[in-house]
Amino acid sequence: MSEQDYLKDISEIKDLMNRSSRFISLSGLSGIFAGIYALIGAAVAYWLVTNSGREYLILDGKVFKFIMLDLFLIAFFSVITAIYFTTKKAKKAGVKFWDASSRRLLINFLIPLITGGAYILIILNQQKYGQTGALMLIFYGLALINASKYTVGNIKYLGLAEIVLGLICAVYPGYGFWLWVLGFGVFHIIYGAMMWIQEKK
Amino acid sequence: MGIIENINKLFDHRIRLGIMSILMVNEDADFNRLKELLDVTDGNLASHLKALEKEEYILVQKQFIGRKPNTRYSATKQGKAAFRKHIEALEKLIRKT
Repeated sequence: MSEQDYLKDISEIKDLMNRSSRFISLSGLSGIFAGIYALIGAAVAYWLVTNSGREYLILDGKVFKFIMLDLFLIAFFSVITAIYFTTKKAKKAGVKFWDASSRRLLINFLIPLITGGAYILIILNQQKYGQTGALMLIFYGLALINASKYTVGNIKYLGLAEIVLGLICAVYPGYGFWLWVLGFGVFHIIYGAMMWIQEKK
Repeated sequence: MGIIENINKLFDHRIRLGIMSILMVNEDADFNRLKELLDVTDGNLASHLKALEKEEYILVQKQFIGRKPNTRYSATKQGKAAFRKHIEALEKLIRKT
């Protein structure tokens, strides 16, 4: 075998290792859109709260229910958009959207996320509202870091950034809203754009 | 000449090399998953798997999922060590030239 053959072997090994263990078709566009949805959702929430005549939220109020719906819609549209762009990218790359690697990615992403979501709902029911923003950021960051082992790209750093922001938010719960906007809106757009530029290259 | 000795004959084939690459980074993989990733025919894949199994580089576990038989493959300690040695030899060969 010639040197060329050995080089080919090595690159094939690398390719198979990546392809078999990591899901490679995540699209940066889904990050950008998730960020935009978060900004729109935050603007709606801001408008709702400032027009409610109260400075803060109470759990059984109508406003609170609208905000829960608002959050749900942000998550819903983000997921739909992510599925759309990811299937498109997977098709283009000739890989399956739903296989062992995407399944593993999703499961590992959801474990911290659902844990966090359940925990937040539990403490909201105990009338502890102050840490909601911080907890959302921290658990989302942990979910990203956990998922990063199963995909390419630097999702890990986005996760770390969200966790740091979440901890800052825990110290200054009064800025919770703005830190949430920064974490879920601005960070997503920046990260998505960086990933998208990399894809284009 | 020491380097050439470390090049493992068994890995001198695209599909066997591919099987080991996959099993190095995954706990295990079933037949269909390997087939899909390597893009080979059933018979071809089976014969290469058999060769690796004979050398005890991979472990074969047969089980049933519902009524469908499912065969899972994983790399043995021995297989992983052999693969690492092979990669090191490849790297040295490339660096040398």
